[in-house]
Amino acid sequence: MRIGDSLPEWHVEATPTFVISTALATRDFQDVHHDRDLAIQRGSKDIFINILTTTGLVQRYVTDWAGPEVLVRQVNIKLGAPCFAYDTLKFFGQVVEREQRDLTIEVVGRTAHGDHVTGTVKIEVPA
Amino acid sequence: MTDKAAIEKEAARIAEQGECAPRLARDPVNQPMINNWLEAIGDEHPGYTGTAPPAMVQVWTMAGLHGQRTLDDPLGAMMSILDEAGYTSVVATNSDQTYHRYLKVGEHLSVTTSLEDVTGPKRTGLGEGWFVTTRSTWWVGDEAVAEMRFRVLKFKPAHAPRPETASAQSSTPAVQPAPPEVQAIRPSVNRDTEYFWEGTRQGELRIQRCGGCGLLRHPPGPMCPECGATKPKYLVSEGYGVVYSYVVHHHPQVPGKQTPFVIALIELDEGVRMLGELDGVPSVGQRVEVVFTKVDDDLTMPSWRPRADR
Repeated sequence: MRIGDSLPEWHVEATPTFVISTALATRDFQDVHHDRDLAIQRGSKDIFINILTTTGLVQRYVTDWAGPEVLVRQVNIKLGAPCFAYDTLKFFGQVVEREQRDLTIEVVGRTAHGDHVTGTVKIEVPA
Repeated sequence: MTDKAAIEKEAARIAEQGECAPRLARDPVNQPMINNWLEAIGDEHPGYTGTAPPAMVQVWTMAGLHGQRTLDDPLGAMMSILDEAGYTSVVATNSDQTYHRYLKVGEHLSVTTSLEDVTGPKRTGLGEGWFVTTRSTWWVGDEAVAEMRFRVLKFKPAHAPRPETASAQSSTPAVQPAPPEVQAIRPSVNRDTEYFWEGTRQGELRIQRCGGCGLLRHPPGPMCPECGATKPKYLVSEGYGVVYSYVVHHHPQVPGKQTPFVIALIELDEGVRMLGELDGVPSVGQRVEVVFTKVDDDLTMPSWRPRADR
Protein backbone atom coordinates (compact mmCIF):
# COMPACT_ATOMS: atom_id res chain seq x y z
CA MET A 1 0.00 0.00 0.00
CA ARG A 2 1.85 3.00 -1.29
CA ILE A 3 0.97 6.56 -2.21
CA GLY A 4 -0.59 6.50 -5.65
CA ASP A 5 -1.95 2.96 -5.37
CA SER A 6 -5.43 2.77 -6.85
CA LEU A 7 -8.28 0.76 -5.39
CA PRO A 8 -10.12 -1.50 -7.85
CA GLU A 9 -13.26 0.13 -9.23
CA TRP A 10 -16.36 -1.14 -7.44
CA HIS A 11 -19.99 -0.92 -8.58
CA VAL A 12 -23.05 -0.93 -6.34
CA GLU A 13 -26.46 -1.41 -7.92
CA ALA A 14 -28.79 0.82 -5.90
CA THR A 15 -31.95 -1.24 -6.35
CA PRO A 16 -35.03 -0.10 -4.41
CA THR A 17 -34.48 -3.12 -2.14
CA PHE A 18 -30.94 -1.97 -1.47
CA VAL A 19 -31.97 1.63 -0.75
CA ILE A 20 -34.73 0.54 1.64
CA SER A 21 -32.95 -2.30 3.42
CA THR A 22 -29.87 -0.15 4.12
CA ALA A 23 -32.01 2.78 5.32
CA LEU A 24 -33.78 0.50 7.79
CA ALA A 25 -30.57 -1.27 8.85
CA THR A 26 -29.14 2.15 9.71
CA ARG A 27 -32.37 3.03 11.59
CA ASP A 28 -33.11 5.93 9.26
CA PHE A 29 -36.88 6.05 8.79
CA GLN A 30 -37.09 9.30 6.77
CA ASP A 31 -39.76 8.70 4.13
CA VAL A 32 -37.52 9.82 1.23
CA HIS A 33 -35.49 6.64 1.76
CA HIS A 34 -38.38 4.17 1.50
CA ASP A 35 -41.56 5.79 0.11
CA ARG A 36 -41.35 6.69 -3.55
CA ASP A 37 -44.66 8.61 -3.67
CA LEU A 38 -43.61 10.88 -0.82
CA ALA A 39 -40.07 11.25 -2.20
CA ILE A 40 -41.54 12.50 -5.50
CA GLN A 41 -43.97 14.79 -3.68
CA ARG A 42 -41.00 16.36 -1.94
CA GLY A 43 -39.39 17.17 -5.27
CA SER A 44 -37.09 14.17 -5.57
CA LYS A 45 -37.06 11.91 -8.61
CA ASP A 46 -37.17 8.69 -6.56
CA ILE A 47 -36.13 7.31 -3.18
CA PHE A 48 -32.42 7.72 -2.53
CA ILE A 49 -29.64 6.33 -0.35
CA ASN A 50 -29.24 7.86 3.13
CA ILE A 51 -25.99 9.33 4.39
CA LEU A 52 -25.35 6.63 7.00
CA THR A 53 -25.38 4.05 4.21
CA THR A 54 -22.99 6.10 2.10
CA THR A 55 -20.62 6.19 5.09
CA GLY A 56 -20.95 2.40 5.40
CA LEU A 57 -20.29 1.84 1.69
CA VAL A 58 -17.20 4.05 1.75
CA GLN A 59 -15.87 2.13 4.75
CA ARG A 60 -16.61 -1.21 3.06
CA TYR A 61 -14.91 -0.12 -0.18
CA VAL A 62 -11.72 0.60 1.71
CA THR A 63 -11.70 -2.44 4.01
CA ASP A 64 -12.60 -4.81 1.12
CA TRP A 65 -9.39 -3.60 -0.51
CA ALA A 66 -7.16 -3.14 2.57
CA GLY A 67 -8.22 -6.34 4.32
CA PRO A 68 -9.85 -7.01 7.68
CA GLU A 69 -6.68 -6.43 9.71
CA VAL A 70 -6.63 -2.66 9.22
CA LEU A 71 -8.34 -0.32 11.67
CA VAL A 72 -10.65 2.40 10.35
CA ARG A 73 -9.93 5.68 12.13
CA GLN A 74 -11.89 8.27 10.16
CA VAL A 75 -14.52 8.46 7.44
CA ASN A 76 -15.03 12.01 6.14
CA ILE A 77 -17.55 12.43 3.37
CA LYS A 78 -19.14 15.21 1.38
CA LEU A 79 -22.35 14.49 -0.48
CA GLY A 80 -23.20 15.73 -3.96
CA ALA A 81 -25.82 14.29 -6.29
CA PRO A 82 -28.27 11.93 -4.58
CA CYS A 83 -27.92 8.23 -5.40
CA PHE A 84 -31.43 7.31 -6.51
CA ALA A 85 -33.02 3.90 -6.78
CA TYR A 86 -31.89 2.22 -10.05
CA ASP A 87 -28.64 4.23 -10.15
CA THR A 88 -25.31 2.43 -10.40
CA LEU A 89 -22.89 3.85 -7.86
CA LYS A 90 -19.28 3.49 -9.03
CA PHE A 91 -16.48 3.81 -6.51
CA PHE A 92 -12.91 4.88 -7.24
CA GLY A 93 -10.11 5.33 -4.72
CA GLN A 94 -6.45 6.09 -4.31
CA VAL A 95 -3.88 6.20 -1.52
CA VAL A 96 -2.94 9.87 -1.13
CA GLU A 97 -0.95 9.95 2.12
CA ARG A 98 1.11 7.53 4.13
CA GLU A 99 2.77 8.29 7.44
CA GLN A 100 4.25 5.12 9.00
CA ARG A 101 1.20 2.93 9.61
CA ASP A 102 -1.40 5.63 8.90
CA LEU A 103 -2.84 5.81 5.40
CA THR A 104 -5.26 8.27 3.87
CA ILE A 105 -7.38 7.03 0.99
CA GLU A 106 -9.33 9.39 -1.21
CA VAL A 107 -12.66 7.96 -2.37
CA VAL A 108 -15.18 9.09 -4.98
CA GLY A 109 -18.57 7.46 -5.56
CA ARG A 110 -20.20 8.51 -8.81
CA THR A 111 -23.53 7.97 -10.54
CA ALA A 112 -24.66 9.03 -14.00
CA HIS A 113 -25.82 12.31 -12.40
CA GLY A 114 -22.39 13.21 -11.04
CA ASP A 115 -20.38 12.74 -7.87
CA HIS A 116 -22.58 11.30 -5.15
CA VAL A 117 -19.82 11.26 -2.55
CA THR A 118 -16.26 12.47 -2.27
CA GLY A 119 -14.25 11.87 0.84
CA THR A 120 -11.27 10.47 2.66
CA VAL A 121 -10.82 7.43 4.85
CA LYS A 122 -7.98 7.18 7.33
CA ILE A 123 -6.84 3.69 8.25
CA GLU A 124 -4.11 2.21 10.40
CA VAL A 125 -2.36 -0.88 9.12
CA PRO A 126 -1.02 -3.54 11.52
CA ALA A 127 2.60 -3.18 12.65
CA MET B 1 -34.71 42.86 12.41
CA THR B 2 -34.01 41.13 9.11
CA ASP B 3 -34.54 37.40 8.71
CA LYS B 4 -30.79 36.94 8.46
CA ALA B 5 -30.08 38.84 11.67
CA ALA B 6 -32.89 37.04 13.50
CA ILE B 7 -31.64 33.61 12.42
CA GLU B 8 -28.06 34.47 13.35
CA LYS B 9 -29.16 35.71 16.76
CA GLU B 10 -31.05 32.47 17.44
CA ALA B 11 -28.08 30.42 16.21
CA ALA B 12 -25.77 32.29 18.59
CA ARG B 13 -28.17 31.66 21.46
CA ILE B 14 -28.32 27.91 20.74
CA ALA B 15 -24.56 27.65 20.24
CA GLU B 16 -24.09 29.43 23.57
CA GLN B 17 -25.98 26.63 25.32
CA GLY B 18 -23.19 24.21 24.38
CA GLU B 19 -23.72 20.47 24.50
CA CYS B 20 -27.13 19.02 25.11
CA ALA B 21 -27.66 16.46 27.87
CA PRO B 22 -26.43 12.95 26.92
CA ARG B 23 -29.05 10.93 25.06
CA LEU B 24 -28.86 7.19 25.64
CA ALA B 25 -29.04 4.75 22.70
CA ARG B 26 -32.18 2.57 22.62
CA ASP B 27 -30.11 -0.61 22.71
CA PRO B 28 -26.59 -1.50 23.73
CA VAL B 29 -24.24 -2.43 20.86
CA ASN B 30 -25.60 -5.81 19.81
CA GLN B 31 -24.88 -8.56 17.31
CA PRO B 32 -28.32 -8.80 15.62
CA MET B 33 -28.23 -5.11 14.60
CA ILE B 34 -24.62 -5.53 13.44
CA ASN B 35 -25.66 -8.52 11.35
CA ASN B 36 -28.59 -6.65 9.81
CA TRP B 37 -26.27 -3.82 8.88
CA LEU B 38 -23.63 -6.15 7.38
CA GLU B 39 -26.30 -7.97 5.41
CA ALA B 40 -27.82 -4.77 3.99
CA ILE B 41 -24.47 -3.13 3.15
CA GLY B 42 -23.19 -6.46 1.80
CA ASP B 43 -20.05 -6.29 3.95
CA GLU B 44 -18.42 -9.70 4.48
CA HIS B 45 -15.68 -8.40 6.76
CA PRO B 46 -14.95 -11.32 9.15
CA GLY B 47 -14.01 -9.13 12.11
CA TYR B 48 -17.43 -7.95 13.16
CA THR B 49 -18.35 -10.65 15.64
CA GLY B 50 -18.46 -9.11 19.09
CA THR B 51 -17.16 -5.86 17.58
CA ALA B 52 -19.19 -3.29 15.67
CA PRO B 53 -18.21 -1.74 12.33
CA PRO B 54 -17.01 1.78 13.15
CA ALA B 55 -19.22 3.34 10.46
CA MET B 56 -22.23 2.08 12.47
CA VAL B 57 -21.60 4.49 15.33
CA GLN B 58 -24.40 6.89 14.42
CA VAL B 59 -26.84 4.00 13.95
CA TRP B 60 -26.86 3.16 17.66
CA THR B 61 -28.24 6.56 18.67
CA MET B 62 -30.69 7.17 15.81
CA ALA B 63 -34.03 8.38 17.12
CA GLY B 64 -35.98 5.55 15.47
CA LEU B 65 -39.35 5.29 13.74
CA HIS B 66 -41.29 7.40 16.23
CA GLY B 67 -38.32 9.26 17.59
CA GLN B 68 -38.72 12.78 18.86
CA ARG B 69 -36.00 15.27 19.42
CA THR B 70 -35.28 16.21 23.01
CA LEU B 71 -36.06 19.82 23.94
CA ASP B 72 -32.41 20.79 24.30
CA ASP B 73 -31.32 19.15 21.03
CA PRO B 74 -29.51 21.99 19.20
CA LEU B 75 -30.04 20.60 15.69
CA GLY B 76 -33.77 20.21 16.32
CA ALA B 77 -34.02 23.74 17.72
CA MET B 78 -32.17 25.22 14.75
CA MET B 79 -34.31 23.23 12.28
CA SER B 80 -37.51 24.65 13.82
CA ILE B 81 -36.22 28.21 13.53
CA LEU B 82 -35.32 27.71 9.88
CA ASP B 83 -38.64 25.95 9.20
CA GLU B 84 -40.44 29.03 10.49
CA ALA B 85 -38.30 31.26 8.28
CA GLY B 86 -39.47 29.25 5.25
CA TYR B 87 -36.44 26.99 4.83
CA THR B 88 -38.48 23.82 4.96
CA SER B 89 -36.38 21.19 3.18
CA VAL B 90 -33.28 19.52 4.49
CA VAL B 91 -30.43 17.54 2.99
CA ALA B 92 -27.28 16.20 4.65
CA THR B 93 -24.09 17.46 2.99
CA ASN B 94 -21.14 16.43 5.17
CA SER B 95 -20.35 13.78 7.73
CA ASP B 96 -16.86 13.63 9.22
CA GLN B 97 -16.56 10.78 11.68
CA THR B 98 -13.54 9.98 13.85
CA TYR B 99 -13.42 6.68 15.70
CA HIS B 100 -11.21 6.63 18.80
CA ARG B 101 -11.69 2.89 19.21
CA TYR B 102 -13.87 -0.01 18.05
CA LEU B 103 -17.02 -0.72 20.05
CA LYS B 104 -17.76 -4.03 21.75
CA VAL B 105 -21.09 -5.81 21.96
CA GLY B 106 -22.75 -4.91 25.26
CA GLU B 107 -21.42 -1.35 25.46
CA HIS B 108 -24.18 1.21 25.85
CA LEU B 109 -23.59 4.47 23.98
CA SER B 110 -24.89 7.92 24.65
CA VAL B 111 -24.48 10.98 22.46
CA THR B 112 -24.11 14.69 23.10
CA THR B 113 -24.46 17.37 20.43
CA SER B 114 -23.64 21.05 20.18
CA LEU B 115 -24.26 23.61 17.47
CA GLU B 116 -21.00 24.62 15.84
CA ASP B 117 -21.89 26.92 12.99
CA VAL B 118 -24.83 28.36 11.04
CA THR B 119 -24.01 30.07 7.74
CA GLY B 120 -26.34 31.67 5.23
CA PRO B 121 -28.34 32.44 3.36
CA LYS B 122 -26.45 30.83 0.46
CA ARG B 123 -27.63 30.23 -3.06
CA THR B 124 -27.27 26.54 -3.90
CA GLY B 125 -28.33 24.27 -6.72
CA LEU B 126 -31.28 23.18 -4.59
CA GLY B 127 -32.40 26.67 -3.62
CA GLU B 128 -31.53 29.33 -1.08
CA GLY B 129 -30.50 27.86 2.24
CA TRP B 130 -28.48 27.78 5.43
CA PHE B 131 -25.67 25.37 6.27
CA VAL B 132 -26.02 24.10 9.83
CA THR B 133 -23.04 22.31 11.37
CA THR B 134 -23.21 20.32 14.59
CA ARG B 135 -20.62 18.39 16.52
CA SER B 136 -21.54 15.15 18.27
CA THR B 137 -19.58 13.01 20.69
CA TRP B 138 -20.41 9.41 21.52
CA TRP B 139 -19.67 8.20 25.01
CA VAL B 140 -19.34 4.90 26.85
CA GLY B 141 -19.62 6.08 30.43
CA ASP B 142 -17.11 8.95 30.69
CA GLU B 143 -15.03 7.83 27.74
CA ALA B 144 -15.42 9.63 24.40
CA VAL B 145 -15.30 6.84 21.79
CA ALA B 146 -16.20 8.66 18.57
CA GLU B 147 -16.90 12.12 17.21
CA MET B 148 -18.71 13.57 14.25
CA ARG B 149 -19.04 16.90 12.50
CA PHE B 150 -22.33 16.82 10.64
CA ARG B 151 -23.57 19.45 8.22
CA VAL B 152 -26.99 19.83 6.69
CA LEU B 153 -28.39 22.30 4.19
CA LYS B 154 -31.77 23.63 5.23
CA PHE B 155 -33.29 25.22 2.13
CA LYS B 156 -36.29 26.66 0.35
CA PRO B 157 -36.92 24.34 -2.60
CA ALA B 158 -36.23 26.31 -5.78
CA HIS B 159 -39.11 24.73 -7.64
CA ALA B 160 -41.95 22.86 -6.07
CA PRO B 161 -43.42 20.17 -8.33
CA ARG B 162 -46.13 21.59 -10.59
CA PRO B 163 -49.40 20.08 -11.67
CA GLU B 164 -49.65 19.03 -15.30
CA THR B 165 -50.39 22.04 -17.47
CA ALA B 166 -52.93 21.90 -20.25
CA SER B 167 -51.23 20.74 -23.42
CA ALA B 168 -51.63 22.39 -26.79
CA GLN B 169 -53.52 20.83 -29.68
CA SER B 170 -52.53 17.33 -30.63
CA SER B 171 -50.75 18.51 -33.77
CA THR B 172 -48.25 20.52 -31.71
CA PRO B 173 -45.91 18.97 -29.15
CA ALA B 174 -47.26 18.89 -25.61
CA VAL B 175 -45.91 21.28 -22.98
CA GLN B 176 -44.52 19.07 -20.23
CA PRO B 177 -44.30 20.07 -16.59
CA ALA B 178 -40.68 20.50 -15.55
CA PRO B 179 -39.08 17.67 -13.61
CA PRO B 180 -38.73 19.13 -10.10
CA GLU B 181 -34.92 19.04 -10.11
CA VAL B 182 -34.76 21.25 -13.21
CA GLN B 183 -33.80 24.84 -12.47
CA ALA B 184 -32.76 26.20 -15.81
CA ILE B 185 -30.39 29.10 -16.29
CA ARG B 186 -32.65 31.81 -17.65
CA PRO B 187 -32.14 33.19 -21.13
CA SER B 188 -31.78 36.95 -21.50
CA VAL B 189 -34.85 38.08 -23.38
CA ASN B 190 -34.70 41.24 -25.47
CA ARG B 191 -36.65 42.85 -28.31
CA ASP B 192 -34.89 40.65 -30.86
CA THR B 193 -35.60 37.37 -29.05
CA GLU B 194 -38.91 38.07 -27.32
CA TYR B 195 -40.95 36.41 -30.12
CA PHE B 196 -38.96 33.19 -29.65
CA TRP B 197 -39.69 32.84 -25.91
CA GLU B 198 -43.29 33.92 -26.41
CA GLY B 199 -43.46 31.05 -28.90
CA THR B 200 -42.05 28.41 -26.54
CA ARG B 201 -44.60 29.46 -23.92
CA GLN B 202 -47.28 28.60 -26.47
CA GLY B 203 -45.62 25.37 -27.54
CA GLU B 204 -44.33 26.87 -30.80
CA LEU B 205 -40.79 26.79 -32.12
CA ARG B 206 -40.47 30.07 -34.02
CA ILE B 207 -37.84 30.82 -36.66
CA GLN B 208 -37.07 34.41 -37.54
CA ARG B 209 -38.07 35.25 -41.10
CA CYS B 210 -37.01 38.39 -42.89
CA GLY B 211 -39.93 40.73 -43.53
CA GLY B 212 -38.20 41.86 -46.72
CA CYS B 213 -36.75 38.86 -48.55
CA GLY B 214 -38.15 35.96 -46.51
CA LEU B 215 -34.78 34.55 -45.47
CA LEU B 216 -35.00 32.27 -42.44
CA ARG B 217 -32.39 32.92 -39.80
CA HIS B 218 -31.39 31.77 -36.33
CA PRO B 219 -30.20 32.92 -33.85
CA PRO B 220 -32.39 36.03 -34.05
CA GLY B 221 -31.01 39.44 -34.91
CA PRO B 222 -32.32 42.90 -35.72
CA MET B 223 -31.29 43.01 -39.38
CA CYS B 224 -31.38 40.61 -42.31
CA PRO B 225 -27.83 39.74 -43.40
CA GLU B 226 -29.09 39.24 -46.97
CA CYS B 227 -31.22 42.32 -47.76
CA GLY B 228 -30.70 44.57 -44.73
CA ALA B 229 -34.38 44.78 -43.84
CA THR B 230 -35.12 45.48 -40.18
CA LYS B 231 -38.70 44.28 -39.90
CA PRO B 232 -38.35 40.60 -39.04
CA LYS B 233 -41.33 38.25 -38.83
CA TYR B 234 -41.33 34.57 -37.94
CA LEU B 235 -42.69 31.27 -39.03
CA VAL B 236 -43.54 28.34 -36.79
CA SER B 237 -41.31 25.34 -37.30
CA GLU B 238 -42.74 21.87 -37.49
CA GLY B 239 -40.31 21.02 -34.72
CA TYR B 240 -38.31 18.32 -36.49
CA GLY B 241 -34.68 18.10 -37.46
CA VAL B 242 -31.48 16.09 -37.37
CA VAL B 243 -28.45 16.25 -35.10
CA TYR B 244 -25.80 18.21 -36.98
CA SER B 245 -23.25 18.04 -34.16
CA TYR B 246 -23.17 17.77 -30.39
CA VAL B 247 -21.05 17.97 -27.25
CA VAL B 248 -21.43 15.99 -24.02
CA HIS B 249 -20.89 18.44 -21.17
CA HIS B 250 -19.18 16.85 -18.16
CA HIS B 251 -17.49 19.80 -16.51
CA PRO B 252 -17.76 22.41 -15.07
CA GLN B 253 -20.98 22.00 -13.09
CA VAL B 254 -23.85 24.17 -14.30
CA PRO B 255 -26.32 25.52 -11.73
CA GLY B 256 -29.50 23.49 -11.73
CA LYS B 257 -28.16 20.89 -14.17
CA GLN B 258 -26.86 17.44 -13.52
CA THR B 259 -23.81 16.51 -15.55
CA PRO B 260 -23.26 14.95 -17.99
CA PHE B 261 -25.77 16.44 -20.41
CA VAL B 262 -25.85 16.77 -24.17
CA ILE B 263 -25.96 20.06 -26.06
CA ALA B 264 -26.71 19.45 -29.73
CA LEU B 265 -26.74 21.61 -32.81
CA ILE B 266 -29.96 20.67 -34.58
CA GLU B 267 -30.48 21.29 -38.26
CA LEU B 268 -34.20 21.95 -38.59
CA ASP B 269 -36.12 20.62 -41.56
CA GLU B 270 -36.72 24.30 -42.41
CA GLY B 271 -32.96 24.73 -42.89
CA VAL B 272 -31.66 26.77 -39.96
CA ARG B 273 -29.57 25.32 -37.13
CA MET B 274 -30.46 25.72 -33.48
CA LEU B 275 -28.65 24.80 -30.25
CA GLY B 276 -30.46 22.91 -27.52
CA GLU B 277 -30.23 20.19 -24.95
CA LEU B 278 -30.79 16.68 -26.28
CA ASP B 279 -32.34 14.08 -24.01
CA GLY B 280 -30.95 10.70 -25.03
CA VAL B 281 -27.86 9.11 -26.49
CA PRO B 282 -26.70 11.43 -29.26
CA SER B 283 -25.46 10.57 -32.73
CA VAL B 284 -24.88 12.76 -35.74
CA GLY B 285 -27.70 12.47 -38.28
CA GLN B 286 -30.21 11.25 -35.72
CA ARG B 287 -33.82 12.41 -36.29
CA VAL B 288 -35.09 14.50 -33.39
CA GLU B 289 -38.19 16.41 -32.36
CA VAL B 290 -38.65 19.38 -30.10
CA VAL B 291 -39.99 19.09 -26.54
CA PHE B 292 -41.15 22.07 -24.48
CA THR B 293 -40.52 22.06 -20.75
CA LYS B 294 -42.36 24.63 -18.68
CA VAL B 295 -40.04 26.10 -16.03
CA ASP B 296 -42.51 28.66 -14.69
CA ASP B 297 -45.16 31.03 -16.03
CA ASP B 298 -42.56 33.19 -17.77
CA LEU B 299 -40.23 30.59 -19.19
CA THR B 300 -40.61 27.46 -21.26
CA MET B 301 -37.42 25.85 -22.54
CA PRO B 302 -37.22 23.96 -25.82
CA SER B 303 -35.09 20.82 -25.95
CA TRP B 304 -34.80 17.81 -28.20
CA ARG B 305 -35.44 14.11 -28.08
CA PRO B 306 -34.88 11.29 -30.55
CA ARG B 307 -37.73 10.59 -32.91
CA ALA B 308 -38.61 7.23 -34.38
CA ASP B 309 -38.04 7.14 -38.14
CA ARG B 310 -41.11 7.17 -40.26
